[in-house]
Amino acid sequence: MSARESVAARWIRAALAVFLKDWRSELRTRYAMSALVMFVVTTISIILFSLGGEGASPEVLAGMLWVVIFFAAMSGLSRTFVMEEERGTGMTLQLMTPSGAVFAGKLLFNLALGAGLTLLTVVLYALFINGFVVRTLSIFLVTIALGSIGLAAASTIIAAIIARANTKGTLYPVLSFPILLPLLMTVINATRLAADGAPFSEAAGEFQVLISYIVVVITVSTMLFDYIWKD
Amino acid sequence: MALQLSTHKLGKSFNRRIVFRDVDAHVGEGETLMIAGRNGAGKSTLVKILCGVLSPSQGRVVVEGTGKLNEFDRKGLFGLVAPYLQVYDEFSAMENLMLAASLRGERGDRSVYAGLLTRVVLEPNRADPVHGFSSGMKQRLKYALALAHHPRILILDEPMANLDADGMAIVRTIMREQRSRGILVVATNDPADIDAHEQKVNLNERS
Repeated sequence: MSARESVAARWIRAALAVFLKDWRSELRTRYAMSALVMFVVTTISIILFSLGGEGASPEVLAGMLWVVIFFAAMSGLSRTFVMEEERGTGMTLQLMTPSGAVFAGKLLFNLALGAGLTLLTVVLYALFINGFVVRTLSIFLVTIALGSIGLAAASTIIAAIIARANTKGTLYPVLSFPILLPLLMTVINATRLAADGAPFSEAAGEFQVLISYIVVVITVSTMLFDYIWKD
Repeated sequence: MALQLSTHKLGKSFNRRIVFRDVDAHVGEGETLMIAGRNGAGKSTLVKILCGVLSPSQGRVVVEGTGKLNEFDRKGLFGLVAPYLQVYDEFSAMENLMLAASLRGERGDRSVYAGLLTRVVLEPNRADPVHGFSSGMKQRLKYALALAHHPRILILDEPMANLDADGMAIVRTIMREQRSRGILVVATNDPADIDAHEQKVNLNERS
């Protein structure tokens, strides 16, 4: 059976197996989802109460949107690796499947979770926060898509690193902040442009930075993961 | 060329603590290698290095007689049963077996796995989540997972842990069968765990 199939086909099957395992596990345990949803709901509630009836400028609201997304991601996107270490199943994965397939599966899972998180945050933010208006929808949608991918890619490799550490909870946001800073600054700028009604071409520079960031993070992660994962 | 597993001047240290050093061992097809040593001597560390989940600090592990292997086939050479190897508690026994097959890049066969679960007397519990299993049942499931891909090298760390008399009898049969079709490596403190061995590494003499 296995000898006839190419290594590439087996690799894809293994990566999908990691993704589907994490997804089914998440649906049964609600381990990361509960943390993410609770964080988003409570944070938006706090923003709502602190603003009261007063509106804030589009620049401030754009920044606050990504603050919510960043900290919610910090509370949930590390779980995929931390759970493996806490339960002792990391070695089971190491024994059975190549490290590249593990990383690809975990990245896919965090992309799905990150996309869900961003979508939930944006919907709740748009519904409840007064003054949050998007005038150039195309810029906003591309920013949200690229921002989610960048956030998930960086979070995945950082989660793999901190899963081996003793102080996982504290280390994750501390280590993530400097790595995610270029991404956060760019998505905040792009979101502000969308709120201001800037033409799409004006945000091209931001999108180039975001795409470069994603390519660099995924390439470096793929090269480093084997060293992080094995010992 | 027949299958052979050997170590050359193998050593492992964590930070500055040397667990063992200069371990030379050799075991061939149809033979059993026993790894003995007191608690903390490094039996489990050596087992992890043998099956490739831990890197040695010095020396190397060599597997001969397999021809050229890709990454999946290399991992598929080994089957491991060990107390520190965990299964996914939220999944059933059958789901764990199917997952293991997919992780190895293969299509699992439910009917084959049903036979394997019957063999370790877990068939009645095949659909139950593993978190409801006793430690002995989990150990039986680990045997099913280790055997599902027909490994040529079966490594057992504390093979009788948590097993009752029936479970131990199953394991002795598994050990005999493995000796007839490949290599068996057993890490244990109890000589009664193992019927016979051709090769032995005593880690008490290697630290």
